[in-house]
This record gives sequence, structure tokens and C-alpha cells, in this order.
Amino acid sequence: MFYRESGDFSTTYPEDSQTFPIRFDRYRYYVVLAVAFLVIPFIINDYWANAVFVPFLIYAIAAIGLNILTGYCGQVSLGTGAFMAVGAYSCYKLMTAFPEISIVIHVILSGGITAAVVTLFGLPSLRIKGFYLAVATLAAQFFLVWLFNKVGWFYNYSASGQISAPERSVFGIIVTGPNTEAWAKYLICLVFVTLCAIIARNLTRGSMGRRWMAIRDMDIAAEIIGVNPMGAKLTAFMVSGFFVGIAGALFFSVYLGAAEVGESFGIDKSFLVLFMIIIGGLGSIFGSFAGAAFMVLLPVFLKNVFVGGLGWPTDLAAHLQFIVSGGLIIMFLIMEPHGLAQLWRLAKEKLRLWPFPH
Amino acid sequence: MPDQFLFAMEVILNGLMAGVLYALVALGFVLIYKASGIFNYAQGVMALFAALTLVGIMEGQVPFSHLINAIFGTEIHHFGWHVPALLAIAMTMVVMVGLAWAVQKFIFRHLVNQEPILLFMATIGLAFVMEGIGDIMWGAEIKKLDIGLPQGINDWIDVTTFEAFGYGFFIDNLDISATIVAIILVGALIAFSQYTKQGRALRAVADDHQAALSVGISLNFIWILVWSIAGFVALVAGIMWGAKSGVQFSLSLIALKALPVLMLGGFTSIPGAIVGGLIIGVGEKLFEFLIGPMVGGATENWFAYVLALIFLVFRPQGLFGEKIIERV
Repeated sequence: MFYRESGDFSTTYPEDSQTFPIRFDRYRYYVVLAVAFLVIPFIINDYWANAVFVPFLIYAIAAIGLNILTGYCGQVSLGTGAFMAVGAYSCYKLMTAFPEISIVIHVILSGGITAAVVTLFGLPSLRIKGFYLAVATLAAQFFLVWLFNKVGWFYNYSASGQISAPERSVFGIIVTGPNTEAWAKYLICLVFVTLCAIIARNLTRGSMGRRWMAIRDMDIAAEIIGVNPMGAKLTAFMVSGFFVGIAGALFFSVYLGAAEVGESFGIDKSFLVLFMIIIGGLGSIFGSFAGAAFMVLLPVFLKNVFVGGLGWPTDLAAHLQFIVSGGLIIMFLIMEPHGLAQLWRLAKEKLRLWPFPH
Repeated sequence: MPDQFLFAMEVILNGLMAGVLYALVALGFVLIYKASGIFNYAQGVMALFAALTLVGIMEGQVPFSHLINAIFGTEIHHFGWHVPALLAIAMTMVVMVGLAWAVQKFIFRHLVNQEPILLFMATIGLAFVMEGIGDIMWGAEIKKLDIGLPQGINDWIDVTTFEAFGYGFFIDNLDISATIVAIILVGALIAFSQYTKQGRALRAVADDHQAALSVGISLNFIWILVWSIAGFVALVAGIMWGAKSGVQFSLSLIALKALPVLMLGGFTSIPGAIVGGLIIGVGEKLFEFLIGPMVGGATENWFAYVLALIFLVFRPQGLFGEKIIERV
């Protein structure tokens, strides 16, 4: 009834090629942005920020990064956790080495450093394919975690082997360290998420994204029609690494405050982000958000039901969470391999006809 | 002989023994991959699950006791009997066959003809489910597994080498029995696939699914069979690892090491899995021994993966794998 494109005419090329060509979509997007920027910061409290919003936003960035690599370019990576650690540790080194420079620049720079590291680990993808590559990225996962554990320079030789974020502010508002207000944490993550999502969305629908998708669908065919596989794969690794690095830097500096590499950036993290993009939808930016929200909310929900509602012990709830998330992965792969994003697309198709389906 | 050299010899021998255990896990991967094209990430968790079940049955634990206690407020945990090891192994095998059936019936039947990478992700999901079920069924604490295999230093080797070289080699009895079991297992698998009807059917399916279907082989049955065999291999690996370092979650991570073993040996080759296992076992022990002290130790965590990665860049199909032919 209200979701349709009739009467919605584009008279210029920019109008025709905009991100949300349907008027309702566009307004919905503005409303979501307005609520996120103007309403939530005023009502958010510590619990909601730390349990739901901040992890959701940060994981959304990581999921966008992995989705570009896996969903758009078809290169499965099991090293996301370690790549986030690269972002976190470079952010830490930059923050402690150049305290006078703004944290925003540090975060972006750590994205750049991570991009370089990920590209390096992406080089074998030119020779190795499919799950051979997935296993090869495990090499990155285990090697990098070991490196950050063993080489004291990375954690400034602190006695505990941990890194902890010093207090930094943006425009006079404290955004890292223990004295940060909930809304400040939320807002800085939100700014980064919004920018990352806009960049990712426009990259994936441009010529670069088309090259990635050609490589994903059939790399030899893509090569024959003139896509340079080296360029396409390495740019995918690079862009993906940039986003994952930003996510890692924010995860450490804004969300955790203090981190130990094996615990915070282990292989579990790699799987968590991979699950996010499978459940959310491979090859979809909206899917990255949906998957991140789902996987962040699922443990909160299960914990509230089992521990809060039924009074079961927490370790039991943790095990049930394993079963539920693994089961959901299998269920999604069987019933809807394109994830929540596809359900959303189907819902929109239904909405266009509603309430007169014939 | 110089001491350093003797040390290195001992390290190599121990590496070979560890390699046998990697090869055991890797075998399970190869079997499933050859027969169904599924790259089974859950193989390590299957070994953990099998070992947990074995311990649970032997100790007479009540399955799901935590869950039952939480729901009904009861206090049950043990039946109060002990099951002899052989009977417990047989019962565990029944559980693993049941698992194979369930996996086939509820998961992979619905994913026939999907892309391999999707199947791979489904096995990651399966690994999570089995890990959770294993923990809920039998509890998450570290358990001791003792089915009566000899343990500790082998005195005979110690004494003999001491008399010969003036330095006694430390070789664990358990590693020796693991090697013997692995040799028997591989022999049995080869005999099975060469001389029995089901084994031949299995090889036919591995060769060409459609041709196998057209001569009347039931794919469904073969897949359940192959998952059961992989379950059996996982059980053997689980017993060996469990006896060595206790049944605990890290078992499934050790089993992850089977992946670089496979990459080195090639996904489709049983000899490859064994040779790859030995190379990785020796390589990581030697590297830790020679280079480890210079870079802070614990290199065993990543050496296997990096070695496999470097190796693959030069030979993408592994040592013994079939040549990868790409067509549009």
C-alpha cells in the first residue's frame, strides 16, 4: 500500500542511480539515521550501550569487512579475529606513541595498517582457492595471536601482557578509558559505522564490487572476460582488512578498554563474525547489520530466558548458546542460504503487493 | 655421538609419534571428503565428542544430568556402575553410528548439490552443535580417560639407548601403542576398501557419484557408512588424545592441526594424510627445538599452518593430491 515505486519518477541520472531509488526506502533510511543519531544517544544507559549497542555497531563494521571478502569476493577467511587484533594493537601503539594526535586518525590509520597486513596474508589466494584458502587463513589467525603474545614491543612490555586504552577525547568529549559516558561510546561507534557502511555500499555497487562478484561467481570466467584476478582479490582483501582493522581498533579502545590477544581475538571471534555474515546474508551490507544484531542479541536473549527466566546455571546457558547458534547456522544454510537479508527482500516483495496480492 | 644430535634424534622420534596422532584425525577428514566432497570441519569435535561419550559411559554418568537437574531440581549424576572399557567402546560406537545417521538425515540430505563452501560452513555449525551437546550431556570439566593402555616412559628403549649411546631416549609407551593402533587402523581401512563389497561401493562413490548411483549403489547408505567410519576413526583418535592429555575442549583445537596435515598431504589421499601427519609432527617438534628458544617458544601453535601455507603456494594440490584442473 505504502511501499511501492509507482509515482516515483527519476528525471536525472544521479536520481536513477542513487542508493535507495524507492522513495519509501529513502525516507526509512533517513528515519533510521535520525533515530540513531538524535534519539538513542539521549536515552541510552550503560547496560544497553555495553551489552547491545556498542558491540552491535562494532561487529557490524567487522561483518561488513568480512562480507566484502567472503560474500562479495568469495574468499573465505577464518582469520578475522587475528585481523581485528592487528587493528587493536596498531591502535594501541599509535595511541601511546602519539598521544597528541586525535584518536579518530589513529583508528583510521590502524585500519590502513590492518589493510596492509591482510593484503599480505591474501597473497596466497592467488594460488590457493576455496577451503584450502580458508585453512591458510588459519595460519594468519594462529601466527598473529602468537606474535602479539610473545613480542613485548606490541604491548609496550606491560607486566600482564595486556593492552589498555589510555584516556582520549574527541572535541573535548572523552571517548576511551574508564571515564567514558555511554552515549559518547555509542556515538563514536555510530559515526564510524555510518561512514563505513556508506563507503562499503558504494564500493560494492561500483565497478570494483562488480569485479569482486565476477571473481566470486567464477574466477576463471571472470579472468577470461578481462577482470584482473590479482587486482580484484587483493583489493577485496585490502578493503576488507581496512574495515576489520577499524572494527578491531574500536573494539579494543572504545568497547573493551583492556584486551589480551588470545582471549579477545581468538579463533572464536573469527567464527562469530563468519556466523554473522552467514545468518545475515552473504553479499549484502544490510545483511551484515542484521547478522551482527542477531548474533549480539542472541546470547543476551538466551541468557535472559534461561538464567533470568528459568533460573538455570550460567554454564548450561552458555552451552545451550553453542547448540542454538550452531543449529541456526545449519538451519539458515538449509532453508535460506542467503540469510536474513533475503528474508527482508522477500518481505519487501510481499509489501509491494500488499494488501491486494492479485 | 654429540649430545645435541641425540637430543634432536629424540625430538624427531617424539615428533613422529605426535605425527601419527595428527594423521589419525586427518584420516577421518580424507574419508568423508573423498566419499561426499564434504570438508568436515567437525572431525575434531567428533573426536572430542566420542572421547567424552566413552568416558561418560565408562564412569556410568547420567547423560544430560546437568540439564535434568536444572529443569527438575533433582540431584542425579551417576548411575553408580562402571562399564568395562571394551563394552564402553562398543556402546560409544553405537552412539557414533547414530550420530552419523542423524547428520546425514537432518543436515546433509538437505544440502545435496550445494556449493562445497556452503557444506564446509554447515560442518562448522555442526561442530558448534556437537560441542554444546557434548558439554551438556557429559559436563564440561576435564576428564581422565584410562582404558588400560600402558603409560609413562618406555624403560626398554630408555635402557637400550642408554647402553648404546650413553643417553636414554624418552619415549612414551602411550605413543608407541598409538602408533601400533594407527598402523592396524590404516591396514583395516585399506582391507575394508579393497576386499569388501561395501568398501568397493564406497570407492565407487568416491570416484563418481552419478556412475555409482546408476549401477545401483545407495548414496544415502554409503554416506551414513562413511560418516560412521569417520566416527570410528574419531573415536580412536579421541581415545589416544584423551589418554595423552585428558578429555577437554582443547582436544578439538589439537584436531584442527589435522587441517594443515591435509593441506600438505592432499585432501584426497590416505597415504598423503599419513605422510603429512608425520612431516608436520616432526617439523613442528624440530622447529620448536631448534628455533623455538630464539623467538620465545610455543611455536607449535602456528608452525604447522605456516608450513602448509608456504607449501601450498608452490604446490596447491598438496603432496599426493589429484591435480586440480580448472574448467569454465
